[in-house]
Amino acid sequence: MEPQTLFDAVKAKFGEAALELQATGFRPAFVVVAPASIADVAIFLRDDPAMKFDSLMCLSGVDAKERFAVAYHLHSLPHNHQIGLKVFLPRENPSLPSVDAVWPAANFMERETFDLYGIVFEGSKDLRRILLPDDWEGHPLRKDYKYPESYHGVKL
Amino acid sequence: MTRPAEALPTQEMLINMGPQHPSTHGVLRVILRTDGEVVVNARPDVGYLHRGLEKIGERVTYAQFMPFTDRLDYLAAMNCNCAWAWAVEKLAGIEVPERAEYIRVIVSELNRISSHLIAFGSFTADMGAFTPFLYSIREREVVNDLFEMLCGNRLTYNYARIGGVSADLPPGFLEKTKEFLDYFEPKIDEYNNLISYNKIFVHRLANVADISAKDAVAYGLTGPNLRGSGVKFDLRKDEPYSVYPKLEFDVCVGTGERGVLGDCFDRYMVRINEMRQSVRILRQAVAQIPEGPVMAKVPRLFKPAAGEVYFRSECPRGETGFYIISDGTTNPSRLKIRTGSFVTMNIFEKVTRGLMIADIVAVIGSFDIILPEIDR
Repeated sequence: MEPQTLFDAVKAKFGEAALELQATGFRPAFVVVAPASIADVAIFLRDDPAMKFDSLMCLSGVDAKERFAVAYHLHSLPHNHQIGLKVFLPRENPSLPSVDAVWPAANFMERETFDLYGIVFEGSKDLRRILLPDDWEGHPLRKDYKYPESYHGVKL
Repeated sequence: MTRPAEALPTQEMLINMGPQHPSTHGVLRVILRTDGEVVVNARPDVGYLHRGLEKIGERVTYAQFMPFTDRLDYLAAMNCNCAWAWAVEKLAGIEVPERAEYIRVIVSELNRISSHLIAFGSFTADMGAFTPFLYSIREREVVNDLFEMLCGNRLTYNYARIGGVSADLPPGFLEKTKEFLDYFEPKIDEYNNLISYNKIFVHRLANVADISAKDAVAYGLTGPNLRGSGVKFDLRKDEPYSVYPKLEFDVCVGTGERGVLGDCFDRYMVRINEMRQSVRILRQAVAQIPEGPVMAKVPRLFKPAAGEVYFRSECPRGETGFYIISDGTTNPSRLKIRTGSFVTMNIFEKVTRGLMIADIVAVIGSFDIILPEIDR
């Protein structure tokens, strides 16, 4: 399916929540949606017979300097096509609905994004730090992260 | 005298399995809540090997990141090297000479064989059969010798380059590869005779932790773990890259031949059968490889145009994907590494519920996870 057709379908269904299509220079292309509607768009893309995006390949947090982004790479086994979904979040208290009820694969990747970016996924079944210790301060993949000098008295 | 079950109260126990445990294949900690010997809940705790490779990726140039990919999955470093090279080439639009692509396929498939050998050997050792482990290490040594001949290293190769490979094949390499294939192919039957259909071994694996095809896709399993559930999906066939379209091979899937579809035995058998297919690919690649240069003209320091690429390739432990965001400078602005083992651990808690403690070991072995790839 062409990215433009897919974007039009999302736009027809969700109206204003479909913000833009990032196509030139993006492989796969991204459909940018409003953060609040990400879970609904995800269910639509998974269940619509023409879409059938049954597999979430990758979920990544991104520090886009003045704001954060979360990128979802989707793949459909029945149709063998791909698309990206993206949301932009403010730097202050970034949060968006979780999609782990749509694709269970999302859980670990959402935990990782929460751990390393501090992005909160509301309604997640289990949102804890995953790679770093539970008492770690800060979120290291943020561009403005300050490296700590010590951890539990151990100089780093 | 018999007593009703409620007269014998049992107490749930909380047990740490790992992080230092021989069967967890590295520093994986599993927090077990058990009722007697039955696992009520097994929660994996990962992150002990977190080295911040994604953060490092933002601070080094594209070419400088190559040695770090060796440390992603040290049992299949060639596959990770090539995956990174293909991802950056897709981002920057670099054309690679055909001979270099053939060399990459040859080293990738050799490494797939050696990685599956470790999976097979350590799995059988975990199940209490130590001999097959020695057999698999014996064969893996030959692959390591070949790689040493190629690039001087036996574990972390750093062989691929953006735009090709670091050096052409040394004289005699293809002949030695052919010799290895002739030697190795009959060994697969030997493994099957020795252990695969051994009654005790089959009993340990069949009907344990079966995953339906629907769950496997929804939980993002990839590679042999996905195919073990009967899903015929292989990136080398379904999203062809490099010269794989020119090579003939079959995609191996689980069939439920000894138990139910998608159980530990199916995942084990997919790996055994994939080694045979890798031999097939290697025979064709060795016969077809053309003469020519092995490196495109790529400057050491180059600036890909601003853009975003997600590239995934079929590694022995599933899909290794690189999501690279370029802002037009010499370093990636963001580098996300999606690895097969990390996503696979997500389903661990679900499939281990209600199993025996000894089955946990079988599940870990059948997933063939590797910790540096989980923790990055």
